[in-house]
This record gives sequence, structure tokens and C-alpha cells, in this order.
Amino acid sequence: MIERIKRYWATLRRPSKHFSLGFLTLGGFAMGIIFWGGFNTVLEFTNTEMFCTGCHEMRENVYAELQYTIHFSNRSGVRAKCSDCHVPHDWTHKMARKMQASKEVWGKIFGTINTREKFLDKRLELAQHEWARLKANDSLECRNCHDFDYMDFTKQSPRASNQHSTSLASGDKTCIDCHKGIAHELPDMSGVPGWDD
Amino acid sequence: MNKWIAVLACLLLVTGFAVADDEIATLRGAAIDTEKEPPRLANVDNRDIKRPRAYPMQPPTIPHKIRDYRVDLNSNKCLSCHSRKQTGESQAPMISVTHYQDRDGNFLADVSPRRYFCEQCHVVQTDARSLVGNEFEDIDSLLRKAK
Repeated sequence: MIERIKRYWATLRRPSKHFSLGFLTLGGFAMGIIFWGGFNTVLEFTNTEMFCTGCHEMRENVYAELQYTIHFSNRSGVRAKCSDCHVPHDWTHKMARKMQASKEVWGKIFGTINTREKFLDKRLELAQHEWARLKANDSLECRNCHDFDYMDFTKQSPRASNQHSTSLASGDKTCIDCHKGIAHELPDMSGVPGWDD
Repeated sequence: MNKWIAVLACLLLVTGFAVADDEIATLRGAAIDTEKEPPRLANVDNRDIKRPRAYPMQPPTIPHKIRDYRVDLNSNKCLSCHSRKQTGESQAPMISVTHYQDRDGNFLADVSPRRYFCEQCHVVQTDARSLVGNEFEDIDSLLRKAK
């Protein structure tokens, strides 16, 4: 085993016998573009709505619920797709989230939520994961579009500007603390702070 | 006998039709074989200003938008601000103490189930033109006038 590794290492260290330096550099560069580009293209594809709603678990539960909310249909026609809120936009965090998503592939294969009933039973747990994620990153995915620095409080209703200029401005609260269930239906909220009436 | 009943029925029908055409009030406002253009959807008033009542015993109206506010078995968005537990933090008006009573006036620890569906009584207001006028006067102004 050690012998084989040593042999490979020796081959790697030796200068190329048949290929020119130009071929190796340019070829390496071209292959780099192809591999890196291909990798990112596939990654981007897994971010599309077509990919997300390819599974009936998404299409018939969360995607169906999204469609009547303001994040899907509104006066100005700007809308959020799945990945806008559920996948971080910057590369490092996106990679981390994509790796986490391998668990979702597992869930898909073994049918963890393959019926509406199973989905509803698991909904609180799934929602809590998303709330925790958004709480931890200070609602980053909300803020990708809703930038606090550009909020005009005078254009908000008194109730909204009051909340946003106090709790949100001081960093005491983050978007998800109040804005839960804005794009999907909610699970049974008994026991969730702020909802347990 | 049967013949007489039939004749009477026919007479009634004929007079019935004669009246129907122009004397029966209708909200339709268009011929029965035409489709009337629906009025434009109105915008919900979102100014957060409390309104006085428009008739005796009126439940207070909602002075803000409630689009996608869910009130169901799982959650109640209204109560997440207006319930007794939450008003301290939200500073929203607390729902009336009567909502914490059962129908016999016994006090309950939580909102009475029969009061749970807020929008059965409390509604938003829109900027739509009112279809009928309202001359309601509060009892206080009536008393003042009587003096």
C-alpha cells in the first residue's frame, strides 16, 4: 500500500515526458473552467424551482401553500423562489447548506414525508430547523431583499414602523421572531414562544 | 274540484309574473342574461387608527391589513399580539375580558373557544364607496342633544 503511494508520488513529481508545458498549462486551465463551471451549473440547477418542485413532497405541500402568499403573487410581480429563502447566497454558506441537504436526499429515498399526513406530523420539527437557522444568521435570507438600511419608516404603517425602529433596530429581535409562517402554513404552534395564546 | 285548483294556480302564476318584472327589488342591476362587471377590489385601510363604532354594540373594526393572517387549529395570528399574554410585549390592544368568559360568565384561563375565530366579528375596512348611508348617532350625542 505504502509502496503504491510512493510510486504514484514519484510519477507526479517527474516532469512530463510526452506533453508540452503549453499543453499542460492551457489544458489544465481549460479543464479547470469546464469542471468548475460544470460544478457550479449543476449546483445552480439544484437551486431552481423546477428542481425543488420536482418532488411531490415539495410541490404538493410547501409549494402549493406558497402560491397565495405575498411572496409569490403581489402587485409588483417581484417574487421569491424556494432557494431565495432556503439557500444562503454566498458561496461558503451555500456549500455548507448543500452538504446538509444530503440528508434531504436520504429523506426522499426512504419516504420520510412521502404522504401529507407524514409531512404534517413532521412539520413542527422541519419548521423549527428553519426558524433556528434564520435566528442564527440574523434572518440573512430575508435581508438579502429586505435591507434594513433602506427601510423608510415613514412609508410603513405606525404599527410596523414602531416595531422596526425599536426591537429590530436594536438587534434585539430579528425578522423571523415575528414573521413566522409568512410563506407557508404553520405547524401546531402551542408551546412556541409568542404564539402560545 | 281539481280543475278549479288548476285554474287558480294558473291565474296566480300569471299575476305573479306580471308583478315580478318591475316591482321586486333586486341587487343584480343587470338583465338576467348578461354578466355584470364586478366592482374593483378595494384596498384595505392600514392606517392603524382606531375607528368609532358605526352602530350599537359593534365589535371594534381592525385598523390594519390582515392578509395571510392564519386563524386555525394550529395557530392564531391575531392572538399572537392581542391576547392577554402578548399585549405586554406587543403593546397591541388586549381583547376584551368577555372573551375570557364562557357563556355563563365564568372566567376561563384562556380565550374562550367560542371567541377564537376573531374574524367572525372583527373585520378590516376598505376604501370602497359605502352602498348605503349611515346616520347612526352615539347615545352620548343623543343625550347631549336632549338636554
